Amino acid sequence: MTELGKYAATVLAAYGVSLALLAAIIVQSVIANARARRELREHENRG
Amino acid sequence: MSIWEYANPVKFMRTSGAALPFVVAGAALCTVVGLVWGFLTPLDYKQGSTVKIIFLHVPAALMAINIWLMMLVASLIWLIRRHHVSALAAKAAAPVGAVMTLIALMTGAIWGQPMWGTWWEWDPRLTSFLVLFLFYLGYMALWGAVEDADSAADLTGVLCLVGSVFAILSRYAVNFWNQGLHQGASLSLAPGERMSAVYRYPLYLTMLGFFLLFLALLLIRTRTEIRRRRLAALLARENRR
Repeated sequence: MTELGKYAATVLAAYGVSLALLAAIIVQSVIANARARRELREHENRG
Repeated sequence: MSIWEYANPVKFMRTSGAALPFVVAGAALCTVVGLVWGFLTPLDYKQGSTVKIIFLHVPAALMAINIWLMMLVASLIWLIRRHHVSALAAKAAAPVGAVMTLIALMTGAIWGQPMWGTWWEWDPRLTSFLVLFLFYLGYMALWGAVEDADSAADLTGVLCLVGSVFAILSRYAVNFWNQGLHQGASLSLAPGERMSAVYRYPLYLTMLGFFLLFLALLLIRTRTEIRRRRLAALLARENRR
């Protein structure tokens, strides 16, 4: 395991916040895309 | 073959669908390996372990500026040639750019506290980055506020032109004013200022990873916008009958 020394909390906070934000935008993008695809497909199948 | 062929939504959907798995795989590989490699780098003699924040802060800041410039190019294509896919690509890029700007601001504040003794300073680069973030928020709000899609694309295109001043300022503010806490280029090639290869190579990899991550999200989100536009057109056609 890597040595973080006295700034461990600082480094972990930076990684935690960044990874959470990246995960949020990835998940939101994938969910929105799946929803748009489903809604369009359902509409086209109906018509 | 011309690049303008991709202004055709059908052609764009077909090509982006084929490219997406490779872009996603490249983004995941480069980002994960780059960040893990960066996290395992040795402590810096001056900054200790806080140097590891550079592998998030620099790629995010780089993308924050360049995503806005990509939006500028896409907006100009819309304003000049009226290609809908370019306007939708600009719209799709904005939330990703806002997240990258927020990561750059937050990691900068977290890094600045132990190194500069403050979370925030009204330094030219920090301030122009904050204004850039506000422009991202305003750009997204404007897309949401205008009902007619073409009018929204026109207005946000103009806003994008104005905001480009701050995107460029956030990159060159240090050189223009030569004051403040933030240092100049992180990847300087000047003798004696060049970053050690121990940090430079994982940084290059995370920069590539963040670029590919943006590209993957841009393709996914543009495809979403095209589908939403198609559904809205179908519903509008039905309502006219």
